[in-house]
Amino acid sequence: MLFSMLLDMSFAIMGAGIGAGLAAIGAGIGIGKIGASAMEGIARQPEAAGKIQGAMLVIAALIEVAALFGLVICLLISFKG
Amino acid sequence: MAVRIMIDEKKIKTSKLLITSLLTLVLLCTNFTSAFAQDHGEEAEEFKPSETIVHHVLDDHIWHFFDGHYGTLYLPIIAYSSEKGLDVFSSSNFYDDHHNLVEYNGYSLEHGLSITDNHDASVLDLSITKNVLTLLIVSFIMILVFTSVAKGYKKNKGKAPKGVQAVFEPIIVYLRDEVIKPNIGDHYEKFFPYLLTLFFFILFGNIFGLIPGASNMTGNIAVTLVLALFTFFITNVKGNKGYWGHIFNPPGVPLWLKPLIVIIEIIGIFTKPISLTVRLFVAITAGHIVMLSLISLTFIFGSYAVGGASSLIVLFISLIEILVALIQAYVFTMFSALYIGLATAKAEHH
Repeated sequence: MLFSMLLDMSFAIMGAGIGAGLAAIGAGIGIGKIGASAMEGIARQPEAAGKIQGAMLVIAALIEVAALFGLVICLLISFKG
Repeated sequence: MAVRIMIDEKKIKTSKLLITSLLTLVLLCTNFTSAFAQDHGEEAEEFKPSETIVHHVLDDHIWHFFDGHYGTLYLPIIAYSSEKGLDVFSSSNFYDDHHNLVEYNGYSLEHGLSITDNHDASVLDLSITKNVLTLLIVSFIMILVFTSVAKGYKKNKGKAPKGVQAVFEPIIVYLRDEVIKPNIGDHYEKFFPYLLTLFFFILFGNIFGLIPGASNMTGNIAVTLVLALFTFFITNVKGNKGYWGHIFNPPGVPLWLKPLIVIIEIIGIFTKPISLTVRLFVAITAGHIVMLSLISLTFIFGSYAVGGASSLIVLFISLIEILVALIQAYVFTMFSALYIGLATAKAEHH
């Protein structure tokens, strides 16, 4: 009973959905923190806005890729189903 | 009064520019969607989004633009078999009139990708696939663009840049002053051509991949792996005494901890190219998958409303993808410069 439940493919697909959501939450927190501190930095030092924006974008891209890792893995799981 | 008219003119100009660019983007997107529709219009009843998406993201021996007799470009297959030797033929031989896979000359195509011999002989596949052709096209465009940039640089020496040169010279100067020089140091000139080539190759590849119907070249793990291996070899061949010293005899570490640190450092040599490879591969491939999934929604629901909404979202994602194309090229170049800079840094004693 339990074994057949574990082998049920629909659970894997549900897990993929939950996983993609969790990855998005993580990336959201990360990018939100970057955005918040970048805004603070720009407010304190408006003349450094250009440099802060550039650095912000690059770090946001790095975090985004971490979220995409999760997304791709979850997609692969759901494609198997 | 004059000032107000000028401002009004400016406003009109900006709004005109905005409207034209928006229209172009919408047109591009509808193009994409309609190509997709033609692709799978007939089998709308059994539309399988996962298969379609994987098929569009992977490499292929044919380049499919639209249905019909002239819609497909059959690319050449170059196979070297241990029994039959070198064989060159068109991939159209693998398909019959109804686009089903058939055998040809003892070879068969598996999953539309790998060539296998029916007598179990090993086959070396050197075919010009979709990605290889894209690579050649991108290289050709780069040669055209950068010879003209170099010519312009020679001709307009001491004067303001002109034409194509005016587009690329600021980017090159930015990369030199903001990315490569701070990371490598004063001896950056030896690595400057390599890093510039890297940046523009990735950038052109990424942008080319965003054109509807084009292939996913920089989203192929083999391509990104080779790019990362270039950086890997340059880093380790040009690595100086300080670099290897930090790996095998880390300074300032207690003796009992040294074996552990050395193992971690050695692993670190190999994780750098792996992270470069996977970052670019995933960022580009996931972007394509997200766009194709959103377009697939139209065909899953089969409604015009969803089609309109998903087209709008795809438009938005496309804009983000252009940004991602730039950022990924920048990040790859920056990390390559950083690794090379760390390996070739002159020994400093503080």
